[in-house]
This record gives sequence, structure tokens and C-alpha cells, in this order.
Amino acid sequence: MVLVYIDQADQQIKKASLEALSYGAAIAQELGISVEALVLGTVQEDLTSLGKYGANKVHHLKNESLNSLDVKVHTNLVASIAKNLNATVLVFAQNFNGRAIAPAVAVKLEAGIVTGVCSLPNTTNGFVVTKTVFSGKAFAHIKIETPIKVIAINQNSFGLVEYNASTTVENIDLAIPAPSIKITKVEKIEGEIPLTEANLVVSGGRGLKGPENWGILLDLAKALGAATACSRPVSDSDWRPHHEHVGQTGIQIAPNLYIAIGISGAIQHLAGVNRSKTIVVINKDPEAPFFKAADYGVVGDAFEIVPKLTAAVLKAKTT
Amino acid sequence: MKILVCISKTPDTTAKIAFVEGNTKFDETAVQWIINPYDEWYALVRAIELKEKDPATIIHLVTVGGVDAEPIIRKALALGGDEAIRIDCNSNDSFTVANQIAAVAKEGAYDLIFTGKETIDFNSASIGSMLSALLDLPFISLATHFELNGNTASVKREIESGEETAEVNLPVIVSCQKGVAEQRIPNMRGIMAARSKPLKVLTAIETKASTSINHFDLPPAKSGVKLIDPENMDELVRLLKEEAKVI
Ligand SMILES: Cc1cc2nc3c(=O)[nH]c(=O)nc-3n(C[C@H](O)[C@H](O)[C@H](O)COP(=O)(O)OP(=O)(O)OC[C@H]3O[C@@H](n4cnc5c(N)ncnc54)[C@H](O)[C@@H]3O)c2cc1C
Ligand SMILES: Nc1ncnc2c1ncn2[C@@H]1O[C@H](COP(=O)(O)O)[C@@H](O)[C@H]1O
Repeated sequence: MVLVYIDQADQQIKKASLEALSYGAAIAQELGISVEALVLGTVQEDLTSLGKYGANKVHHLKNESLNSLDVKVHTNLVASIAKNLNATVLVFAQNFNGRAIAPAVAVKLEAGIVTGVCSLPNTTNGFVVTKTVFSGKAFAHIKIETPIKVIAINQNSFGLVEYNASTTVENIDLAIPAPSIKITKVEKIEGEIPLTEANLVVSGGRGLKGPENWGILLDLAKALGAATACSRPVSDSDWRPHHEHVGQTGIQIAPNLYIAIGISGAIQHLAGVNRSKTIVVINKDPEAPFFKAADYGVVGDAFEIVPKLTAAVLKAKTT
Repeated sequence: MKILVCISKTPDTTAKIAFVEGNTKFDETAVQWIINPYDEWYALVRAIELKEKDPATIIHLVTVGGVDAEPIIRKALALGGDEAIRIDCNSNDSFTVANQIAAVAKEGAYDLIFTGKETIDFNSASIGSMLSALLDLPFISLATHFELNGNTASVKREIESGEETAEVNLPVIVSCQKGVAEQRIPNMRGIMAARSKPLKVLTAIETKASTSINHFDLPPAKSGVKLIDPENMDELVRLLKEEAKVI
């Protein structure tokens, strides 16, 4: 059985988990086994809706104390539930929570794990999955040698697939281990689209000259419904908050659309965004290295081009 | 206070990525090795700051690797730390690496274990989490802020919609990223001092790898950029809609 860990925040199922479920369902189909989902904590959604993305069954450990992550507690629970259910493949989303617990769960299950996976397993000769390495600059095909396999899949690498399976929800009755941490504060970025979950991202670099010029970028992001990102020097100079920094030493993202404005395209920057499906580069220097990695390019002054692009986006929306 | 900082060596961020031996090995010719940035800039520097506040603190650096990891761990010692440990083991299997570190960690009875967010070559982001299972210790991943208050740590970590602060009693394992500290440049005194700091070499404990590398490959090259007239942003929007189908 393929068991997919369903992650939540604020009692809402993360999109990345639905993608992990779609992926798990595809593996299950290939192996001719069932795919089941595991939900810890309380969520607002009706859990039978997980059938949409393939779940044949949903296991639910309904306890409010599990709504925020405690690695030790969650690891122990997921591992013992997986053992009880005889899961042979475990799938996690490679998001903040998934990457925190999946390797620990693998250790508890004596399972081999591959994180950052971006393809379905190849089972013609063992169990081989592809992961991104060198920050997206290459792929490694890795064989998992153990009977139980754990996979953490990159966000936006597989997409959502609808199966519309009929599903039942089973409640799990299990004692919750004592907490190992105490959450004392949660600070939310209000009204913004989280970068790692975003389909569309508008990003700015040093070419925008200063924080006071970010308005044109924010207007474009708003028109598109996009999240915002930036290059490292921009966040290092505190023009933008550090959680917007993408690249080799920042966040790695793979949106459908990445629009880079006034960013040169240094190799360390590309490492964080080169898995984007479509890249648009706006830069006044036609020799900027970013154009080599781009699908669409506009050579010119961002201060003139970006407002025009925003206007065109808004116009296309109304027509 | 005893701190263990996990240090790994990675190719320089501009290294050319190529493979040899039938695409089964990373081509190391002409590659410059550096300390993995997350380990150096954040994990190690935060440990050093904690020692500056409380000089009784002892910092050990651990690396799992061959002799070629020694220049890297010496470089790390030049920034700070009291002693380095190299476990003589060359492996790309996270489980193997985590087991080696866990053995040292058990022996050393550390109050705090710092790792980086991930290595920038294999991007596994696994070692800290594995250590927590192997040592049965709490783990906080992707920390952006770390404060110590006696025997409790207050750690901020990144979540999708913002940041979350947790309090945790030592011992604890923390994986560090941007925010935890600021990058430092080693000075001459540090470099000289590092030469006389002890570097212990341990033989690896036996473990069985749970994964193996089948082969590597490179992503297909982009087909080339399509340039759009800056005066015609309607055309760009049309292409994004109709050709790329992303908006
Ligand atoms: C170990 C290491 C790790 C790193 N990690 C990262 C990382 O994770 N992420 C990251 O981003 N960087 C990282 N860097 C830094 C990276 O090497 C580059 O220095 C950085 O990405 C450059 O940022 P930038 O493109 O915003 O600025 P610049 O390189 O200064 O580029 C600005 C660009 O704006 C263009 N421009 C100027 N004016 C205009 C205008 N009016 N209209 C349009 N275009 C204009 C210019 O032509 C230029 O191409 C790292 C570096 C190292 C050494
Ligand atoms: N070979 C190694 N020796 C010591 N520490 C390591 C090694 N590999 C990884 N680490 C530590 O674990 C962190 C996460 O690495 P990884 O899980 O391999 O992405 C790194 O930032 C290091 O702090």
C-alpha cells in the first residue's frame, strides 16, 4: 500500500499534499496496489474529498494538538501508523513540514529515502527515482534498496491529477506522545501568497535600484495574482524581507511562471528558479546571462516596461 | 554547553556540473571545494556567537568524508570552534552519513547539534531529521533565529505562511538557514590558530546504505529565448496565455 502524508496549515490541507497524493496514486496504479492518505490533526475540509486525487482510504488521527508540527511526535505517529498499515511506499511533499519529518520517518521504518524527487519511479530494474541535485542543475537517478521506500516529492513537479476515487474515512485511535517542543508564537505574513505554493512569481533584483521602486513590481504581481520574490543582494540590503530570497542559498521554487525583473541571472540565482516552467526576463542589458535561461525576454528599462506589462495583463483580464 | 556543528564540503557554487564514468560520478576535475554555505554562514557562525557570549562553551565540528575534507574542516576551524572530528567515510547515502554523525553525537553528549539547511550539491535536507530519529531528540528544521536561555532554546522556523517560534529544552537538533547568523570572513589570527587545533580522525562505523546512485544526467537545454518588442506587452501577455498557457 502507498501511504501519503497529508500536511496542513491553519487546518487547511496544503496543495503540495494533494500533489503528493496524485503522485502516490500514480505509483499505486503502476504497482497495482492501493493508495491511502494519512491526516494528522483537525482540518476543515471533508476528508472524503481526498478521493478526488486518488485516495482509496483516508486514515485520520483527529487531535487538535497535532495541528502544528512537532517533529518527534509526528515522526513517531507516522512511523507507527505506517507499520500498522503495512505501508510499503510512503510519499511526502518536500515542503517545510515534509522535509522535516520524512527522513526521520524513514529511519524509524529502516526505509531508504529520496528527497527532492521529480519523477515517477522506474520499476523495471528495482525501484529508481529521479531527484534534482546541484540545485536543479542536474538530476540523479537513485535506487532505493530497502523493502520500504520513502519519497519526498518536489513541489510543482508532478501537478494535480484527478482520479475521483470513492473513499472512506477511518479514524485512528492512538495515544499521542508527549510534546517535545512548545510553540509560543506564530507570525503570519498577511495577505501574501506563500512563495513556495505560488503558481506565478514576480521577482526583482538590484536593477530596481531601491526599495522605493518596488511599487511597479507589486502592481504587476497584484494584477497577475502572483507571489513576490527577489535576488539575494536585494534581501541582504533589506530592500525586501529575507523570506523572498530565492536561489542556491535561498528558497528553491518551481512555479509555472517566473518573471525576473532587473536580475542578472547569476548561476546561484538560477539554481533557485531554473525548475520554473516558463521564465520571462526583463533586463536592460541584452547580454545579461538570464536571457540564456529564459523562454521570453524583453530588453529594455524595467521602469518603462513593467507598468506597460501590468496594463496589458489588466486589459487581457477585462476582454 | 557543548555544541556539535555538522560541516560538509560542497563544490563551489559556480562549479561546472558534469559527470564521468558513464554518468555515474560527479566530475571533480578543476572543482573548487568550499564549506557548504548553510553550514558555514549560519550553523557555525551562530555556534561561535554562542561561545562568544559564554566562553565556557565547547564547539566541536564534525565532517563525514575522506582526507580531501580536511582542508575544508580546517577552514571551518579558522572561523571558530575548538576541535574537529573527521569520520573517515565516503558516502552519498544520507542514512550512512547520519549514522556516522549519530555515533559521534552519542559519544560526545552534546547539548546542541547544528546542521545546515541542506547541502548545495545533493540538496537532501535529511541529516538533521535523521539524527533526530537516531538520537531520539527534538528537531527544529529551517531555523531563521536561535536564542539560548539557560537550558531552553527559543527557535524560529520558517513555515509556508510566515514564521513560528518554538521553545524547546536541550538537547536539541536544529537545521540552520538565513537569518540565524550573518556570514563572517576568517581573519589571519583565526587561520593561524586553526593550524594547532586538534583534528581527530575516526574510523567509520559499519552501516548498510539504503540507497545508491544509478546515474546522473543534465536537464535538456532551453530552446532559446523569444524576444518581445518592449512596446508590445500585449503580445507577451498573449504568448503567456496561448503559447505557454501559464496565465
Ligand atoms: C556562495 C554564493 C551563494 C549565492 N546565493 C545566491 C542566491 O541564493 N540567490 C541570489 O539571487 N544570488 C545569490 N548569490 C549572488 C549572485 O552571485 C549574484 O550576485 C546575485 O544574484 C545578483 O543579484 P542581481 O541580479 O539582483 O544584481 P546584479 O547582478 O547587480 O544585476 C542587476 C541586473 O539589473 C539590470 N538592470 C539594471 N538597471 C535596470 C533597469 N532599469 N531595467 C532593467 N534591468 C536593469 C542589469 O542589467 C543587471 O543585469 C550567491 C553568491 C555566492 C557567492
Ligand atoms: N558528509 C557530511 N559530514 C558532516 N555533515 C554533513 C555531511 N553531509 C551533510 N551534513 C550536514 O547535514 C546538513 C544537511 O545535509 P543534507 O541532508 O545532506 O542535505 C548539512 O548542511 C550539514 O550540516
